[in-house]
Parts: sequence; C-alpha cells; structure tokens
Amino acid sequence: MKFFETLGRYVILMGKVFSRPEKWSIYYRRVIAELEQLGIGSIPLTAIISVFIGAVITIQMAITLESPFIPQMMIGYAAKETMILEFSSTVIAIILAGKVGSSIASEIGTMRITEQIDALEIMGVNSAAYLILPKIIATMIFFPFLAAFSMMVGIGGGYLVARMGIMLPNDYIDGLLYCFDSYEITYSLVKMTVFAFLITSISGFYGYYAKGNSLEVGKASTTAVVMSSIMIMIFNLILTQIMR
Amino acid sequence: MIKCENIFKSFEGRTVLNDISITFETGKTNLIIGRSGSGKTVLLKTLVGLHEPDEGKIFFDDICYTDLKFKARKAIRKDIGMIFQGGALIDSSTVFDNIKLPLDLFTDQTEAEKRERVEFCLERVELSHAPHLYPSELSGGMIKRAAIARAIVLNPRYLFCDEPNSGLDPQTSIVIDNLIQSITREYNITTIINTHDMNSVMEIGEKIVYIHTGYKWWEGTKDDILSSDNQELNDFVFASAMAKRAKNNLL
Repeated sequence: MKFFETLGRYVILMGKVFSRPEKWSIYYRRVIAELEQLGIGSIPLTAIISVFIGAVITIQMAITLESPFIPQMMIGYAAKETMILEFSSTVIAIILAGKVGSSIASEIGTMRITEQIDALEIMGVNSAAYLILPKIIATMIFFPFLAAFSMMVGIGGGYLVARMGIMLPNDYIDGLLYCFDSYEITYSLVKMTVFAFLITSISGFYGYYAKGNSLEVGKASTTAVVMSSIMIMIFNLILTQIMR
Repeated sequence: MIKCENIFKSFEGRTVLNDISITFETGKTNLIIGRSGSGKTVLLKTLVGLHEPDEGKIFFDDICYTDLKFKARKAIRKDIGMIFQGGALIDSSTVFDNIKLPLDLFTDQTEAEKRERVEFCLERVELSHAPHLYPSELSGGMIKRAAIARAIVLNPRYLFCDEPNSGLDPQTSIVIDNLIQSITREYNITTIINTHDMNSVMEIGEKIVYIHTGYKWWEGTKDDILSSDNQELNDFVFASAMAKRAKNNLL
C-alpha cells in the first residue's frame, strides 16, 4: 500500500511539475543556471572516473584475453563495448545519482523545512514546477553530453595504457573500429536521457516532501539516492530489452 | 478585511482549530496570540491558504476564498504578502533578487522599473546598503526586514506575519513591529500578526485575538487586556510574577 501511495504522490507531483509555467523567461534563466550547477559541475567527476575505469578495463581485458588465439584488437573492442553500452550511461548515471541526486534532494528539502517553498506558494508560484522543472530539463539536456564525454575520455584512458606498453596502440584503435555500430551510442544516450529524468524527478520528489528537521532532510537525501539507483537499474533492464 | 467563519481544522484525528470566527480589520494590526501549540500558526496558515480548513469559510473582503478554484485563488495570492518566522528568503539568491522575484514572476515591468521598485522597498525597510548580500550573510533583524521588503514589493492588500520578531532582541523587535505597523497604515492593508511576544502586543496590538487549546478564547484591544478578568488570558499575558504585580499596581 505504501508503495502505491508513494507512486501516486510522485505522479501527482509530476503533474504539477509539468503544468504551464508562470513565465517562460524565468524558467529559461533557471535552466541555464541549473545547466551550470548540475551539468558543468559534474564534468570533473565524470572525467576522473571515466579515464581511470577506461584504463583499468583495458588492463583487465589485456590480462583476461591473453591468448595466441585471440587477436589483440579484441581488447580495444571489449573496452569500447563496455564503455559505450554500460559504463558511460548506467554506471555514470548511478554516480550522478549520488552527486546530483543528493544535492537536489537536500537543496529542495532544506527549502521545504525552512518554509521557502511555502513562501513561493503564497506568492502564487507553482513551487514544484519552479524548483524541479528547470533541473529536469537541464539534466535531460546535459547528461547525454556527459555520457558521450565519458565514452571519449574512458576510451582515451584505455588508449593511454595501451601506449604505456600493455598492447600495440594500433591494435587498440583497430578494436575500437571493429564492428562499430553508431546505434550503440544512440542507445546509450537515450538511456542516459531517461536516467537523467529519473534521478532529478525522484530526488526532487523526496526533497519536496521532506518534513521535520535537518535529520529528515538527510534521510530524504539518502532515500533519493537509493531509489534513483534502484530505478536506474530497473529501467536499464527495460530499455535494454526494448532497444537491443 | 479578512473574515473567517466557523473554521475547523484537524490533523490525523487531532482537532487543532475549533469553530474559529474572527473579523480582521483593514488598516489595523490584528494580532493572534496564544501559547505554543495553541493552534495560532495553523490558524494563520489556514487563513493564508497553506492549509485547507475541514469546515468553515474564509473571506478576503467580499470574496469567499474557500469557494474559489485553484486559478482564482492564485489571483488573490498576488495580493498577499507573508513574513515567515525564519524569513524564508531563497538561500541561493541575493537580497535584491529575493525582493525582485515576485516582480519577475507577476509583472511585465522593465528591468529598470523593477530595479527602481526593489530599491524603493529596500529603502523603506532601511536595507539599502545590503542588496548584494545573501541570506546567510544577514543578521536576524536584516533577514526580517528583507522578508518585509519582499512581502510588500507587489503592494499587497493583505499582510500575514508569523512571529516576525522571534529570535530578535527587544529593541530590534520593536523596530520590526513599528515598521509593520507603519506599512499597514501607510498602504491601508489588512495585517495579521501571529505572536507570543508581549512587547509586540503592547506596542502595536490594535485588535487582539487570544487562541487557547484551538478555541477563540478572547478578543479585544491592548487596553482591554489590562482590565480583562479572563483567567487563561491573564495567566498567559501576565505569566511572570513581576508582570502580575505590575498589572495589580495599574489596576
């Protein structure tokens, strides 16, 4: 019962979030601000994690596939497939759920308990749309770019270790080009767009309905991250079934 | 004028407001007083529309607010200013942007007109030196003054204040009280203040309603308080031994 109650409240909140904004120009300015805060602010973390994971995957593949019967280019191929299909969308989305999701839930939750949301409501502002919609739009626009960036940086990390002597760099590049299918990138970017919506809307939901004190905001933030991560996993399975 | 008739409100089976009927007059500072947990904040939030009453009606002048649909209520909300206990300024915006927000959302003024209006409001609350500061950089009194400036920027007809001087020293409290009273008179607005600060009651209380255990227990002016024989009111207002002696001496 609790699940259906929560789901119902989430759907109602999304109805409010996607209702007609008071003034588009204000929302446009807020989307730009959120792009900077939630999107550009996530580039360094994405870059660091992607380059190291790309490098580690390449090393692991080189060790695992060490056989005279397996061409070395398969290492580059496996690294590319791992990065594009799962890491740069799903794993990066889970990492962003931790960073961006907790930030959104605690920001909106603090606004709730300090009556800032009530103040917006009394002004006649649709507080749900004003606070959550710009974040959803900003992340749905920017997170696919982060996924593409993660693919490039991760594959670059693999190339770096290849150049350091793990394998022949040319074989690595041959592996990247082997059986290249641009649909895989489309699939990954579509997944990331859906994950962006899930992270922002779920975190916004838990922040918006936070009540009590700072402890409750902390709990709301944790629940937001956990629920976002679970939903990312569920939707990863669903989207993979549908799109592959 | 704001009028409520037979308001009932309960939360999870616990009745918080019991048959409350009050008329708050225009151009006067109307005070709701009562102990912590007596229901005065719930009453204020019900009047302002943050809580829906279980029963009863609320009128803003001749318009029955409780009968209105969501869109029509929004039109009235633009005439409402509210000052929250903690100020409720948007943390991520400067004082200037906080005050400008209602203008951005609900007017078609040019940037120059908005700037002029915000600067006027800042001057009115003696905060002209702080438009660039963030709420975290303000003192308690400055937060309250910024909240007042934001509440009056759209020229409201109704002003609600939830414990506007909580956490302030007595002198700053009086400054805030007098500022609210002068704005009320200057713009002829209906002001309702929720407080348990007796200094405020004696300084600006033109009409006072005492809420006790969810009921309207007493109604009158600050002069009536001194002569009232209502036991619960006297216990609340003259809680300290010194205050009791002072009242007896006056009488």
